[in-house]
Amino acid sequence: MIEEAENAISVRGLTKIFGDRKVVDNFDMDVPKGSIYGFLGPNGSGKTTTIRMMCGLLTPNGGEGQCLGYDIRTEPDRIKANVGYMTQRFSLYEDLTIRENLDFIARMFGMKGRRKVVKDALADLGLSDRANQLAGTLSGGWKQRLALAACLLHKPRLLLLDEPTAGVDPKARRDFWDEIRALSAQGVTVLVSTHYMDEAVQCDFIAYIAYGKKLIAGPAAEIPDMIGLQTWRVEGPNLTALEAELRATEGVAQVARFGAVLHVSGIDAAALDKVAQAQIAKGTHSWTKQKGGLEEAFIYLMTGVRDNFAINGPANGPAAAEGQA
Amino acid sequence: MFSLSRFLAVMVKEFVQMRRDRVTFAMMVGVPIMQLFLFGFAINSDPKHLPTLIEMADEGPITRAILMGMKASDYFDFVGTVTGQAEGDRALRDGTADFVVVIPPRFERDVVRGLNPQILLAADASDPAAAGGAVAAISGIVTQAMADTLTGPLKFAAARPPPFSVAVHKQFNAEGRTSTNIVPGLLGIILSMTMVLITSVAIVRESEKGTMETLIATPARPAEVMLGKILPYVLMGYIQTIVFLIAARLVFDVPFVGSPLAFFVGFNLFIVVNLALGFLVSTVARNQMQAMQVSFFLILPSILLSGFMFPFAGMPGWAQVLGSILPTTHFLRLTRKVMLKGATLTDIRPEMLAIGLIMLVIVTIALRRYRQTLD
Repeated sequence: MIEEAENAISVRGLTKIFGDRKVVDNFDMDVPKGSIYGFLGPNGSGKTTTIRMMCGLLTPNGGEGQCLGYDIRTEPDRIKANVGYMTQRFSLYEDLTIRENLDFIARMFGMKGRRKVVKDALADLGLSDRANQLAGTLSGGWKQRLALAACLLHKPRLLLLDEPTAGVDPKARRDFWDEIRALSAQGVTVLVSTHYMDEAVQCDFIAYIAYGKKLIAGPAAEIPDMIGLQTWRVEGPNLTALEAELRATEGVAQVARFGAVLHVSGIDAAALDKVAQAQIAKGTHSWTKQKGGLEEAFIYLMTGVRDNFAINGPANGPAAAEGQA
Repeated sequence: MFSLSRFLAVMVKEFVQMRRDRVTFAMMVGVPIMQLFLFGFAINSDPKHLPTLIEMADEGPITRAILMGMKASDYFDFVGTVTGQAEGDRALRDGTADFVVVIPPRFERDVVRGLNPQILLAADASDPAAAGGAVAAISGIVTQAMADTLTGPLKFAAARPPPFSVAVHKQFNAEGRTSTNIVPGLLGIILSMTMVLITSVAIVRESEKGTMETLIATPARPAEVMLGKILPYVLMGYIQTIVFLIAARLVFDVPFVGSPLAFFVGFNLFIVVNLALGFLVSTVARNQMQAMQVSFFLILPSILLSGFMFPFAGMPGWAQVLGSILPTTHFLRLTRKVMLKGATLTDIRPEMLAIGLIMLVIVTIALRRYRQTLD
């Protein structure tokens, strides 16, 4: 192994082409060791493809890099042995029992003391007494926990989670994130792709990708400033009508509702201030200027580019190839 | 760096899944046996006891001898009489009778006078195979009946024997039993069907269910996964074949006179070519349903053009060319050669060469396609 680098993942110029469509375009990324790195972007933006290239599952058409000190082009086997990859969709065998699934994965990673490893994993999961239940009969939350346990069996140093909590209830999602935090504290690097804001705010670093291009990346705390979003906090009666009015107003990039409060944001500070002053003059609502948070930044990013397919549609390339992305 | 333990892991997993999937398991074990018995007993290319009507406009010892002879041949079952052509035609059209025998008026007297009268055998030949055996047999029956009856003073009326005779020696299946031909052929059809279908479905299932992603995220090599997945089905093919051979011997009394080694070698080659074909199907199909459809699309020509259902030599040239592309065609010949004709390893070289060539082509295409789908 090459000397321990600062970054668990470091890639430059990654490019992947499916047919005549550039799914990932000249992508650079550094994931510091032990961090939780959030990977955001709309559907079909190339998140899954990028993750797969970084762990050696896909060969990039261009670019280079290392993952855990191994070359992503030439040493995919070594990467696989040290990476836990949790797929978007439940991808264990539904017609095998929980124990059989874990046992199979342990065998595939050539683990020593397999019986004990599987037994411990079952105990950690709290599924010891249901070990002989078919995996397909588990609920969404349990399936996700089983999938996580399966990809942690071989004690990976890097965890790649591809939209791990899609379709999982909020309670299970919180539990899941507690576990991710715990793993991170033990020094495991976590790269997670997500749609959810409440997951994005859990991350130490965030990269935002759209159309296969990285639009923004940095420590989570700096993202709002990097985007440069101005935000006003609005309170008062009849927010729904106001919300509709503001949405149609020039200078307002986004109106987000948090319970009984509206967060009105815009990139052009001067234009937004003008809107605010006009509203304050009406006197119906209280307007206060506040620092833009990650929530607004996130909503701004997610709504700015809706669905890559909606614009760059299936007619433009093999949607099927990226359909699972 | 082939890992035996990973290969075994995949194989064990495949067996467990096979055991849980009752329908597929039944498809592989129960259905072939059922089909063997069904088709082995049901298909008969030389049908007997065909319903026959008689229109008798004359009666006498010669007529009776002819009718007795027909009845004794087992081809004709006399089910009644008709009076007049219209009635006979209607019976043929209705399907109540396959044959109508018409003995013309003054038949006996005309025979004795040497006027060479004609008996009419009207046959429903809409299905040529159904009527064929009986029609071919009738001349012999009549000649024999005449020879037995026209003796003494009537001997002059009997047909004079030709100056020479043809001795027919039916080899390899002297009794002309259909099952002797069908059962070895059925082995090829059923093996090919289950091997192609099950392999393609088993492989496609992994990508359809998303489990392929789990597999490729492990350090497993494609060869370990593929062999581990395929070998259980090879074993299934062995079981099918053993059951087949036992049933062929004990139930259908099909001989096995050739070299077991030749059979073993040819049979393994056939299994491999079918697995390769199943693998190719799996690279074309996106889901299990499609894999099933493509497999069935491939099976039909194997049944109809391989020489299993209909004689290969009877097909036009272009159809023979098509038939020659199918591995089943060559395996059928190989099996029949070995089981019925006592062939040894050297005798089946042309078939092995053909199957080998087909395999080479299939594997080349399959690997090329597989590489494309990987990335």
